[in-house]
Amino acid sequence: MDGLKGFAWILLAQSLGEIVSRALKLPLPGPVVGLILMLFALQIPLVRRHVSVAADVLLAHLSLLFVPIGVGVLSHLDLISQYGFRILLALAVSTWIGLAVTAVIFRSVNARRAKGAVEPPANPS
Amino acid sequence: MNQVAELWIYLSATPLFGLTATIVIYVLVHSLYVKLNQAPWANPVLWSIVLLAGLLSLSNTPYPTYFSGAQFIHFLLGPAVVALAWPLWQRRHELARRAWAVLLAALIGGTVAAGSAVAIGYALGLPSEVLLSLAPKSVTAPVAMGVAAELGGIPALAAVFAVLTGLLGAMSGKYLFDAVRATEHAARGFALGTAAGGIGAARAMQVHPDAGAYAALALGIQVLLTSILMPVVSRLIGG
Repeated sequence: MDGLKGFAWILLAQSLGEIVSRALKLPLPGPVVGLILMLFALQIPLVRRHVSVAADVLLAHLSLLFVPIGVGVLSHLDLISQYGFRILLALAVSTWIGLAVTAVIFRSVNARRAKGAVEPPANPS
Repeated sequence: MNQVAELWIYLSATPLFGLTATIVIYVLVHSLYVKLNQAPWANPVLWSIVLLAGLLSLSNTPYPTYFSGAQFIHFLLGPAVVALAWPLWQRRHELARRAWAVLLAALIGGTVAAGSAVAIGYALGLPSEVLLSLAPKSVTAPVAMGVAAELGGIPALAAVFAVLTGLLGAMSGKYLFDAVRATEHAARGFALGTAAGGIGAARAMQVHPDAGAYAALALGIQVLLTSILMPVVSRLIGG
């Protein structure tokens, strides 16, 4: 029951987010405003107890949620076929540059703050 | 045989088909992924998409028919974004301590990911509406579509780029992070959420809770930065 109540809180936050986003003509999508509202709502222990259950379930299966749009993308691949290899090159190289630069900056800024910390072992992520 | 064919025609036209096919295929592919020790190449999003697309084309099912069922899953993307508040809230003290590091990495990483895509595309002579659709590729597909429309790009193209970027990042991140010696879960997760959007963040959540929390954080920040800053920057550059 806590899970269902948590889902209700989440839907309420999202709906409120949609309303706020539209009413104030914010450039942010409704669910993002809902996320910000939820951060405040989580101060309340009762909300926290419910939402923690629902959120853990939703996020544990996050990758499933991208499947429908992904199937749609595959049927739209003709959109990029006219640019072919060039677009794949731009996508791949920029993704690798973005990942590497972000990881290195995150590490170096944090390393400076936590001097002497033991290097954690390699991991599979 | 005729009866089977009739039954199939009936079933494949109801929302039940898209919903059942998506969940059954995902569950199968995901259990294989777990058995393979979450090898990056066995990514469950990629293989679910490939198998479902194959099933649709073999059975001659149009995408809208499939989506009439799959939309119930697709709908949950919105609540999942709201649910990102939970891992963030759990690590709020740690995040407050790292606030500057986090913001700096998000700003520079996001700018480099978007900027390098546009720059490479420009150098290769891609037309401007394609470049504008490339710019928001690092955030999740629904947000990327909205931002691309705002910029004057093509939303459908932006969705394609966002999904391909997410898959690429989720499947190659491990090797890249090992190469640049980014061993910390937090750094790896944060990079995936910044440069590979929702699909990258989903991968991080499967690998380790710390990586997942930082991926969620990075995704949230990137959605905020991209939605707010990108239209401003593009107006400044484009005049």
